Amino acid sequence: MSGQPILSARGLVKRYGRVTALDHADFELMPGEILAVIGDNGAGKTSLIKALCGAVQPDAGEIFLDGRLVRFASPREAQAAGIATVYQTLALSPALSIVDNMFMGREIRKPGLAGTLLRALDREAMRAFAREKLSDLGLMTIQNIDQPVETLSGGQRQGVAVARAAAFGSKVIILDEPTAALGVKESRRVLELILDVKARGIPIILISHNMPHVFEVADRIHVHRLGRRLCVIDPKTHTMSDAVAYMTGAKTPAGMEAA
Amino acid sequence: MGETAGSSVQNEPRGQDFEQVLGQSDARLARFEDRPPGLIAALQHGLHGNPTLVPVIVLVVAIAVFGLIAGGKFFSPFNLTLILQQVSIIGILAAAQSLIVLTAGIDLSVAAIMVLMSVIAGNLAVFMGVPTVLALLVAFAGGSAAGLMNGFFVTKVKLPPFITTLGTWSIFFALNLWLSGAQSIRSQDIDRNAPLLKFWGEGFAFFGARVTYGSLLMIAVFLVLWYLLNRTAWGRHVYAVGDDREAAELAGIQADRVLLSVYGLSGFVCAIAAWASIGRVGSISPQSFYEGNLQSITAVVVGGISLFGGRGSILGALFGALIVGVFQSGLRLANVDVLWQVFAIGWLIILAVAIDQWIRKVSR
Repeated sequence: MSGQPILSARGLVKRYGRVTALDHADFELMPGEILAVIGDNGAGKTSLIKALCGAVQPDAGEIFLDGRLVRFASPREAQAAGIATVYQTLALSPALSIVDNMFMGREIRKPGLAGTLLRALDREAMRAFAREKLSDLGLMTIQNIDQPVETLSGGQRQGVAVARAAAFGSKVIILDEPTAALGVKESRRVLELILDVKARGIPIILISHNMPHVFEVADRIHVHRLGRRLCVIDPKTHTMSDAVAYMTGAKTPAGMEAA
Repeated sequence: MGETAGSSVQNEPRGQDFEQVLGQSDARLARFEDRPPGLIAALQHGLHGNPTLVPVIVLVVAIAVFGLIAGGKFFSPFNLTLILQQVSIIGILAAAQSLIVLTAGIDLSVAAIMVLMSVIAGNLAVFMGVPTVLALLVAFAGGSAAGLMNGFFVTKVKLPPFITTLGTWSIFFALNLWLSGAQSIRSQDIDRNAPLLKFWGEGFAFFGARVTYGSLLMIAVFLVLWYLLNRTAWGRHVYAVGDDREAAELAGIQADRVLLSVYGLSGFVCAIAAWASIGRVGSISPQSFYEGNLQSITAVVVGGISLFGGRGSILGALFGALIVGVFQSGLRLANVDVLWQVFAIGWLIILAVAIDQWIRKVSR
């Protein structure tokens, strides 16, 4: 990995009352890589990710996107800046169609007055775009793009959420536990999907508890412990037991004091 | 596993050892069956995809049954258009109610807003010499403001819609009694000073039928709202917020802003109903439509719009209002005591919600 990180953070601090969720945490995501973030429960992974995607505002510290200092007041702002997050809950509206969900909040409008004044939708253009994006990612086993999301399987839903994140010129995609709720086979498809997205040059932050999945797709692994980055390891030179040992504190990476 | 990660370069299939058998597994599993076996299940899925079918079917069946019982009297053009007239006010209120219900709310104040606005417009135009058009504009602004007031309490003060509108129902009703001095405005006074207020009660004859402009107005209100809800970005946001507010917000929708607009529009539609009600009733009575709030909820529920939000078409509320009208008219023509009309409507509500629950099971 060379060059400048696309997304980085320095000294992030977040306190909730007397609990310190982030304790001067650092973070770096390089262009084109899949960076896994692992950590025990309560290590502050979620707070770190929430700070990066605008869901919480850190008490101290700085976040840089493309080398520029950024400050997000809401997930909307982070999204507008190009950080798309696929939440564990997926944030899809079950009763609405695949197309509606993909375009939620950034609908294509009809040209002319109907579009600007009434915000009338250009439904054909939306369908065509959604179809294209879904087939790009090999998700067109979905027959009917107008069917409600609740009729899809868990993996298909995940696919729609990832396609939505990848479709709108995002610079960074954050995936929060994308395989946690899925079966063996659907997990496999989602991992393929993650690699597909990476192949398009979009860097991915993958939060996961599933060590085999992390070691399979990640280029680097950020180990979070006690509210800060403990180390970044290379999955090719470390084993899963190393990673688990670091994140639980059973072992300390070389060159560091015991945490 | 870390040590073996390098081997994936040698063109081996990706994945863990235990997953290698997946290559031979049944590929159909990833798809889903479009049509599960069985007629009932097919029906359930059909209704799930198109929830407005239920009220349409009920309406057609009800018309057929009452036509058989009451015969030609029921099917006469006069009676059919009379039903339209009779449901027009509750229908417009049901349209306003639908907007709120689609956001998983409920509005107990729609009829109170309507009556208050008719009293305001009537007093201004009939007794205070304000030009009728101006009086109506005040009513439209007042209706929107009343709706926004509900919306303010729901979004900014975070009160449940039920409680908010229970409170404003009383507030608007009391204001209406105060402004009107609990006095009705007589039909003759309206005719003399502000005949435009009764415009929607006028109409034209049509093969023995009498179509009022008010009936057409109701249908127009529904069509416009249907367009807004189904063909504009705003409408999709309304459904998304009602379906799963948190998901909508994470997708970048400003839920509070959407809700405020929904409450404001709903109040505006109540003001439309206020104007139409003056033509329908003929006079302006502060005591009228006291049950209008609940009747509008009945129409919405019978029309298959889910009280849990985000599901159902606003056209369902039109069919719901018509179903109630057809039941009342049919039972009356069949000389059934009024109490049995009430009885039948009660069962309709229970049946409608039971069907809604059954349809929603599809997704589980």
